[in-house]
Formats: sequence, C-alpha cells, structure tokens
Amino acid sequence: MSVVRTVFAREFASYFSTPVAYVFLVIYLIMQGMFTFYVGHFYQREQADLVSFFAYQPWLYLFLMPAIAMRLWAEERRSGTFELLLTLPIPLGATVIGKYLAAVAFAGVALLLTAPIWITVNWLGSPDNGVIITGYVGSLLLASAYLAIGAALSATTKNQVVAFILSVAVCFLFLVSGLPMVLDAFSGWAGHQIVLTIANLSFLTHFNNLQKGVVSLADVVYFAAVIALWLWINALVIESKREAG
Amino acid sequence: MDVLLEAEALSKHFGEFRAVDGISLSVKKGEVLGFLGPNGAGKTTTMKMLTGFLAPTAGVARVCGDVVTTGNVAARRRIGYLPEGAPLYGEMDVRDFLMFVAASHGIAKAEQLDVVESAAAAVHLGSVMDQRIETLSKGYRRRVGLAGAILHAPDVLILDEPTDGLDPNQKHEVRRLIEAMSVGRAIIISTHILEEVDALCHRAVIINRGRIVADGTPSDLKARSKYRNAVTMLVPQETAEKAASAIKRIKMVAGVEAASEGDHMRLTVIPRDNMDIADSIGDIAAVSNWQVSQFSVDPGRLDDVFRQVTEGGSR
Repeated sequence: MSVVRTVFAREFASYFSTPVAYVFLVIYLIMQGMFTFYVGHFYQREQADLVSFFAYQPWLYLFLMPAIAMRLWAEERRSGTFELLLTLPIPLGATVIGKYLAAVAFAGVALLLTAPIWITVNWLGSPDNGVIITGYVGSLLLASAYLAIGAALSATTKNQVVAFILSVAVCFLFLVSGLPMVLDAFSGWAGHQIVLTIANLSFLTHFNNLQKGVVSLADVVYFAAVIALWLWINALVIESKREAG
Repeated sequence: MDVLLEAEALSKHFGEFRAVDGISLSVKKGEVLGFLGPNGAGKTTTMKMLTGFLAPTAGVARVCGDVVTTGNVAARRRIGYLPEGAPLYGEMDVRDFLMFVAASHGIAKAEQLDVVESAAAAVHLGSVMDQRIETLSKGYRRRVGLAGAILHAPDVLILDEPTDGLDPNQKHEVRRLIEAMSVGRAIIISTHILEEVDALCHRAVIINRGRIVADGTPSDLKARSKYRNAVTMLVPQETAEKAASAIKRIKMVAGVEAASEGDHMRLTVIPRDNMDIADSIGDIAAVSNWQVSQFSVDPGRLDDVFRQVTEGGSR
C-alpha cells in the first residue's frame, strides 16, 4: 500500500511541475462554464439544480480525460524512465494503480474547482443537494472510467498524441453505445436482450441514472468493473511492451 | 557464497533473432566485471535480463542466490541499476527524485533523507540538489542516476554504459566513483570503451552476436594480442630506415610498423609468437648507436584482441 502511495505522490506532483496542469484546469473550467451557461441555459431554465452542469460532461470529458491520461505511460516509454520504474522494487500492480489514482486525483481537483457553481445554485434557490452529490459522484465515476481507458491506451505507444486519439476513439465507443443512433441499428434485427446489453454497456446510460439522484449498486458496480477491466488491460499492455522498451 | 551475481545459459530471442544466446557468467563480491562487445552484441539485453526488466527466453539469472524474474521484487531490492543513457524524470528536482527512489526501495521515512544525502555526497551532487534534473549537464545527470542506483546499498550494481557520452574528466570521475563503490559489492559495467576495462575492471567478458567470445583478466586478454611483448621506440628519421632493416633480420621478429612523428620515426617491432625480444633489440640498438628514445615494451593491446574476437560481428 505504501508503494502505491509513493508512485501516486510522484505522479500527482508531476502534473503540477509544468504549466500544462494549470492550462488544463483553466480550459476545463471555461469549457464547463460555456456548456453550463450557453448550451445548457443554466439561468434561463430558472431551476435550482445542476442538470445543465452535468448534462454535457460526458462529451466534455471525452476529450479532457484522454488529455489527462495520455502522458501517464507514453511519456515514461518515450523518455526511457519506463525501464527505471519497472526495475525499482515496486510490484507492477502497485505502479499501475498508483499512476492511475494520480490521474483520478487530478480530475478530482478539476471537479472540486467547480464548487462555485454549486454555491451559486444554493445562493439562488434551494436545490436538492442529495441529487447534486450523486451527480458529482457520477461525474467522478465517469471521469475515472475514461481515465482507466486512457491510461491503458497510453501504455500502447510512445507518442502522447497517438495515445490521445486512441483513447478518444475508444471512449467514444463506450459513450455512444447507449444512444439511439447506435441502438436503432441493432433494434431492427437483434433481440430485445441484445439491445439492452449494448445500451447497458454505455457510460451514458449509467451516468444518467446517477444524475437522477439514485445511486444504484448496478451503476457503481458497472463503473468499478469497467475500471478494473481497463487497469488489468493496462498491466497486460505494459508486460507486452517490455521488449519494445 | 561469494558469488553475488550469476547468469546461467541466459538467452533472449526476439522471434528468429537470437539477441542473447546462452551467456553464463558470475561476479564475485568485490569484483568489477567489464562487459564488452560491439554495438548490438547483446550487452544491454543481457543486463535487462539480469535486472528483471526482461524475461529470458531460456536460462536463469540469480542475485545472491535468488532467481531474478520480472515479478521478483525482493531480488530487485538487492540490485542497483543504471539503465543505458541514465533515464531520469526531468521535471523533478534532484532531491525529490532521490527521495522517490528511496521510498520505492521501502526505506523508512525517517531514514530517507539521510540515505539520500549520503548517496548524493558520495557522487558529489551537493550543489545541484534543488535543481530540476532537466537543467543539469550530462555529467551531473549521470551522477544523479548513479546516486539512485547506490542509495539503498545494493549488493549488486549493474551499470549500462555508465560513462557513455561524458567528457574525459567526467569519465575519470565516474570511474573513480565506481572504484570506490566496488568494496563489498559485485559490479558489472557494460562498455565499448576499452581504456575503461584497463582502468577499472578486474575481469572482462567480451561478447559477440549474443555469445561469450573471451573471458579473463585484462592482462590475460591483452596477452592474446599480437602486440604482446612488442617493442616500441622513437628513432631519428635519418637512422630509422637502417634500424628497421637491421631489426627485420632478427629471427624472433615478425614485422616492423613505422609511423612518422615530426623528425622522428616511431618503430613498433612485433615479435614472433609473443617472444620476449626487448633485450635483443635493446642490445642491437645500443651497439648500432641509433639514438633511441622512449623505448617501451607493449603489454598487449585490448583493442587488437577486441577486433580479433569480434571480427565481422557488427550487425
């Protein structure tokens, strides 16, 4: 456990060692604001809730989370520290988890910085704060799932840009599998069960459930399973990349 | 149980290509082993297997009797490793980086600072401890890598080209450090700089195409050179030709090489079968009054042996 913390601490600190982290946070907050106020019509809705705040996050995260995750392993492999890291007496699992948690923590910091919108909505009205909390939980779970995919795909290449594009593509598939445009393609010929399975594979389905203020075990287990699967893939990719350096 | 590092028929195949093909070696406590070979001979791949970064296709590596695998964390704790090119986290400052390495080795929090400071002192990092690694010169970076490799007092040090890319002063400094660290440890350094072997190593192993082609002390290896017992002397241009033809008539002489140096000639007399010819040449030189200066006997040349055993080996 303490080795996970060692890896985590180094990785988390490295986010803030370059201006990139601050640039990222500013861009995130600006874009989040634009989606909430202009696209989501936060004021015009005249409702004391954060529906318009959370609604566009799956699309915003689609690009921002791969950006957080892309350097995790690609940079290690490019600079050669990959070899240094893997010859330190740290079990591979601890390294994978420590680095991943650092990315999640960074996303958490970004999310925490949106607290003013929560304060605003409480100032203007009396929202159901329970729903808002489950909204934030869902938001962090969604971000974590994207990051798990991004981390694993970051290990497949030495090039951060390639890692980013791969991650966006795979995350997109996980995102849209719940949308009518995908489901309609199946509903014509596939059975109801299959369509339901595909819909249930989607981040969007489970994310939307959490936005309704209901934390169901199924949704949490779903995200936990997706994260565990991709962390396992992450470890497998690293094992297979040893020979490639 | 003096052998700290051991490889038994270590092999690594990448598809059809045999990067390392059955290398066996052992390094004893207090010994510095030079691991030589042309580029692409399999030095780095061998070291990656010794440190548990790569899994061997066949054979085993052992550190203090413990089998090294990609999952054996305990074995890795006994190894200090400087990978090729000394990769480091450029965005970290030196102290933070070394603290991270110390923590990774499970060194107790209270001792981490002490361990880091003493390793830094050993490689003379004092003045740059708070600088970002990416701002350091190559020589300092190499020292940071070395400090990271030694701070947990490992039994075995594996250094992949520790002096590559350094200037002569930095090379000398790093060699001095390695020498100081060799007490009570087993050290293996890979290099293709032959002077290094002379300056540093107790034993040298030369590999070519993934196989060991020579193994012995530097003097043993040099003895295989045709220059062993060769006599080199400086004579004035005027007498050089006369001297050369006189020397060639001696039975024990295989040949004479001449190189011009200003108004002098440097004559290198190569003996037949490494015979001791110094006395006879000296006698003739004195009698014939060739005005010889800088008379010396060659112990043999490593580069010559290196070429001899790895000829046609580069790929």
